[in-house]
Amino acid sequence: MGKYIAQRLIQLIPILLGITLLSFILMNTAADAIDVMESNTGGIMSEGEKEQLRRELGLDKPLPEQYIMWLAGVLRGDMGESFVSGQPVFSAFISKLPATIYLTVTSILLTILISIPLGILSAVKQNRPLDYLIRFLSFIGNSLPNFFVSLLLIYFFSLKLKLLPVMGSAGGWKSVILPTLTLALSMSSKYTRQVRATVLEELNKDYVLGARARGIKENRILVFSVLRASMLTIMTLLALSVGSLLGGTAIVESIFMWDGVGKMAVDAIAMRDYPVIQVYVIWMAVIYVCVNLFTDIIYHYLDPRIRLGQERA
Amino acid sequence: MKRKRITIRKKKTIKDYTRQKMIFFGILVLGILGVAAFAPWLTPYDPYAQDLGSALQPPNAKHLLGTDRYGRDMLSRVIMGSRTTVFSALLLVVIITIAGGITGILCGYKGGKLDSLLMRISDIFLAFPGMVFAIAVASVMRGGIMNAVVALACISWPKYARIARSQVMAIKSAPYMEAAKLSGAGAGKMVIKHIVPNIAGPVIVTAVLDIGTMMMEIAGLSFLGLGAAPPTAEWGSMMSSGRSMLQTSPWVILSPGCAIFLTVMVFNLAGDTVRDILEPRQRQRKREV
Repeated sequence: MGKYIAQRLIQLIPILLGITLLSFILMNTAADAIDVMESNTGGIMSEGEKEQLRRELGLDKPLPEQYIMWLAGVLRGDMGESFVSGQPVFSAFISKLPATIYLTVTSILLTILISIPLGILSAVKQNRPLDYLIRFLSFIGNSLPNFFVSLLLIYFFSLKLKLLPVMGSAGGWKSVILPTLTLALSMSSKYTRQVRATVLEELNKDYVLGARARGIKENRILVFSVLRASMLTIMTLLALSVGSLLGGTAIVESIFMWDGVGKMAVDAIAMRDYPVIQVYVIWMAVIYVCVNLFTDIIYHYLDPRIRLGQERA
Repeated sequence: MKRKRITIRKKKTIKDYTRQKMIFFGILVLGILGVAAFAPWLTPYDPYAQDLGSALQPPNAKHLLGTDRYGRDMLSRVIMGSRTTVFSALLLVVIITIAGGITGILCGYKGGKLDSLLMRISDIFLAFPGMVFAIAVASVMRGGIMNAVVALACISWPKYARIARSQVMAIKSAPYMEAAKLSGAGAGKMVIKHIVPNIAGPVIVTAVLDIGTMMMEIAGLSFLGLGAAPPTAEWGSMMSSGRSMLQTSPWVILSPGCAIFLTVMVFNLAGDTVRDILEPRQRQRKREV
């Protein structure tokens, strides 16, 4: 086990370096930082002033050297200042991260609440009307883009029924409902199918047949054997989706004016505030990679089949 | 006495159903493509002609889907928008299938250092969650529908490379490959005559199933202002510019929204059917289960 973790951690290093290198190249080809600063401040700088600023910021050095300097800054948590507000972008990112994590956690919980019971129900009632209904609904959910879902939800719940606040995170617990619902609906449509497939696969294994032959009640088999066996796979799938959810919140956050990192990035795009976009891209990727690694390790730890297979190999 | 007519009806097999489904969804897909291709001739009004006098009219006999805030006919704009959204999604899928496919075949066939290098690169691209990297690329390239396509292509090709590579690895040591090699087939012939036809199935299935998702992602980028820019008729950007009128004139949002929803659904259903045809094994496995 320890060997496995160590191996995975070593594999992580080139990926993290790659992430930073790619973001660095991307933002450097984007625009000349000085030009953006000039256009944002509205002032006109002479060529001499620009040159001096370049020297101060180390922009006159060759690119590989700039990358190393910049990477050292990233490791210290110094990722430069926003072109617009002049504030350090890393602390801005950290201060907005909790809102995004809050939204992610509520969405995952709601997804679990929706997709696991529906998926199990769909599997147990395979090829009966209820199964078809659930599959039909999940199909619809899969074809709806989440910005359309959020606008529909706003229209019905906020504007027509006036039950919930339209946007912002100021409305307390009520304001989290609609963004959560939007994200959970599209995720649930995906996961209901996967839960169904997993449970069906388990239901067709020989031990279920054996248990039935011994006269054990169907519900008992379902809860104590089948669910126990499929839960691991289902939970892993959900944990892996945390990462993609973190990335998918950007549009929903900006529609609901949810003050998280996604909205921060979307706002930054309009202002061409590249350091803000950069901090968002890098740290989201790092979080994603770490969540996936953590899930893998837990999965290996919990599933003896994989653990033993790994050690044998 | 009336003779009883006895008819023996052949029981419909799964294959018949699949064929019927394919014909049905095929017609729908062709219909959408037709609308997209002939959009300029199908629109009842000029989708870009502003008429402020008839702005924000609800759906009526003259304007079946209403008008937007500049008095432009929504139906014409939705039809015109199909061109941008559908064609850019198709273009995107073609690009990533070819780029990913070539990379995958190269990796699987050549192996060695090139393989590990390209796979590490694809690892890096896969390390970015979903849309995050696409947002960054699109923002660096400053919008435009083509740039949105490029941005999404950047994050989507590794998946295809992985699939193609694993398929190539699987068939690499098959007897017919050995035989072809022994009979003196060069690398080019091996790839074109033996590898491509044998790995095309799974790659195409993935590609067809991805069209709907890609359409939603392109519309999503446009919604954020990173794809087609107004006044271009594109479903995502139409919805984005109608956001502020959601309360007073919901049809401005609903028409393009439903257009995306229905189109994506048709492509998804067609994709499922293509999978059933090209990969009957997967279907069988599903049936057994």
